[in-house]
Amino acid sequence: MKYALYPGCAAKGATPELFQSTMAVIGRLGIEVTELTASSCCGAGVVGEADPDGALALSARTFAQAERLGLDIMTICGTCQGVMGGANRKLKSDPALLQRVNRLLAPERLAYRGTVQVKHLLWIVVREVGLEKLADEVQVTLGDLKIAPFYGCYILRPSGDLGFDDPEHPDSLDKVIRAVGAEPVDYGGKIKCCGFPIILEKEDIALAMNGANLKEAKDGGADAMVTPCPLCHMSLDIYQERAGKKIGANLNLPVLHLPQMLGLAMGVPAGELGLQRHLVSVDPFLEKVEERHVERHKEKGQV
Amino acid sequence: MRLAFTIQRYHPELDAAPHDETYRLDVARGMTVLDALIRIKNEQDGRLTFRYSCRSAICGSCSMTINGGEKLACRTSVRREWERHGGLIVGPLRHLPVLKDLSVDMGSFWGKVRAIEPWLRDSGRQAAGGALAAGASRFHNVDACIMCGACVAACTVHEVDKGFLGPAALAKAYRFVADARESGPARTSRLAALQGPTGMWDCTRCNFCVEVCPKDVQPMEAIIRLRREAIESGHTGTGGARHVVGFRDLIARFGRLNEALMPLKVIGWSLRKFLRVLPLGVRMLLKGKVPSPLHSSMDGPERVRALLERRR
Repeated sequence: MKYALYPGCAAKGATPELFQSTMAVIGRLGIEVTELTASSCCGAGVVGEADPDGALALSARTFAQAERLGLDIMTICGTCQGVMGGANRKLKSDPALLQRVNRLLAPERLAYRGTVQVKHLLWIVVREVGLEKLADEVQVTLGDLKIAPFYGCYILRPSGDLGFDDPEHPDSLDKVIRAVGAEPVDYGGKIKCCGFPIILEKEDIALAMNGANLKEAKDGGADAMVTPCPLCHMSLDIYQERAGKKIGANLNLPVLHLPQMLGLAMGVPAGELGLQRHLVSVDPFLEKVEERHVERHKEKGQV
Repeated sequence: MRLAFTIQRYHPELDAAPHDETYRLDVARGMTVLDALIRIKNEQDGRLTFRYSCRSAICGSCSMTINGGEKLACRTSVRREWERHGGLIVGPLRHLPVLKDLSVDMGSFWGKVRAIEPWLRDSGRQAAGGALAAGASRFHNVDACIMCGACVAACTVHEVDKGFLGPAALAKAYRFVADARESGPARTSRLAALQGPTGMWDCTRCNFCVEVCPKDVQPMEAIIRLRREAIESGHTGTGGARHVVGFRDLIARFGRLNEALMPLKVIGWSLRKFLRVLPLGVRMLLKGKVPSPLHSSMDGPERVRALLERRR
C-alpha cells in the first residue's frame, strides 16, 4: 500500500507533531509513502475566495506531481482532504476547466490527466488497512477510556464531494476509536465546526463554537478528544483555555491528532508522537493509559 | 411495516420543557415523513402541530429536523430514513424559537431576509432581455431558494450568534449584487452594509448550509462570491478580507501557509489586537509550534509564486 504523502501546511508548520506522529505509525500499518516535498498549500478554501482558478491550480499541481509518481495521494489534514477532494471532483468532471487549469501549470511542464485519488489517512486506515489489522497492532489497550471523536467540517461536507462518511451520523473515527480499544463518546458537537477559519478576526464567535463542542464532549465523560484535522486541533488545543474562559467552564481536555491516538495504542513512546508540543497537557491522559498498561501486565502476571 | 416515530412535543404555555412522544404507524411504500405526520395527527393525536402546504418541496413550510438533519418532511422518504438511521426522530428546526411542537417562529428569519432589501434598488439601467440577460446565470441558483430556513437552522455560527444574517439572507444579497440592472452606487452600498459584525465575514465555511439545502442553492458558495465581490470592490479593511488577501499573499511568497506571519496579516497595525494574540504566540513558540518567518517548508516555492503571479 503505497501513497504520495501530501503533508499540507500545518503538519510542516504549527502542528509539526502531526507529521512526526504520522511517520511514527504508518509503517506499522503497512503504509509506505513518498512525501511530496515540492507540493504547495491546497488553498484551504481561502485562496479560492479571492482566486478560484488559482486555488484549483494549486491542487492540480499537487495531483500532477503524484500522477507522475504513479501514486494516489494520502492527506493527513481534514481541510486539505475537503478542498483537494472537491477540486479533484471538479477537475475530473469538467474537461474545459481541466484544460484551463492545466494552462496555468504548463510553464512548469506539468499537466494533470485526472487519474489520481485523494484519500485521508482516516479513510485509508478504515478501508485499506482495515480495522482488524489495526486491532492486531494494538499493544496497549485503552480499556474503558472514553475518547470523543471530532470530525471537522471538511472531511464530512459537502458529502457529495467526499462520499465516505454519512454526513449526519459519521462513524469512521468512532470505529477507529473502538478498534484501538477505547470507547467513543457520542455527542452532537462531533460533526460541528471548531470555528478556526474565523478565529483570528472573530475570536468571540469562534471560541463560543469551540468551547461548546469541547464542553459537550467533556460532559459526555471524555478523557480525551481526537481529530483528523490539524486546523481543528489548533482551535481545540491552542485556544482551549480561552474557550473555557469564554463559556465559563473548566475544560482541560487533551486533544490528540489521529496518528497520535493510533501511536499510543500501538505502544509507540509518547516522545515519538510529539505530545509534549500541545498547549493542553496530555499528561493526565497518558497517566490513565499507563495505569491500564500496568493493570494489563498485572493480569498477565508480568509485574 | 410498523415503525416507531419519536416526535418532539412542546406547548410553551403548558410544558416546562420539550419532551419526546412515540407513535407507532403502519408505513406504506413511498410514504414521506409528512404523510406519516398527517396520519399521526388524523388518527392518533389531533393536537400535534406542524406546518405544511404544497407537499411537493415548493413552499418550504415543512422543514424540520429529521434524524439530526434539517430536511423537508414532504420530500423525505420514511423508508430511506429508516434504512439510513435505523429510526425516525423528528423535531423542530434548531436554534429558532418553538411556537408549538414542530412549528418554529420564522420571524427572525424573515427579518434578516428583509434587512438585505431583497428587491432591485435604484435600477436605472434596463438590461436588454430583462433579468435573464442581466445575468441570471450569475445568480448562482440563489433564485431556487424556497426560504425553508433549513440552512439557518443548521448554521453553526447562527447557533452561537443569533444576530448573524445567516446563509439564506446573505445568498439573497449576493443575488442582487450580481444583478447587472442595479446601479453602481446601490451595489456599493449593499456591499458596504455587509462588512460589519453579523455580515458576510462571520461565516466559517462549515458547509452545513450546502449540505442541508433541499434546492442545491449552495448558500456558502454565494457568500464566498459575495466576499470576492467585496474584495474586488475595494472593501479590504475588515479582518475577514485581510485574512483572504494576506493568506493568498503568503502562499504566493512561501508556497505554503506561514503561521508565524498569518496573524500579523489579519491584525495589521492594531496594537490592541497584537497584544491579544501575543500571549498565545509566545506559548506556541515555547512549544516549538511557530515556524520560521523567513523560510518555506516546501521545495521550490518560487514556482508557486510564479503560478499565482500569472493569475494576476
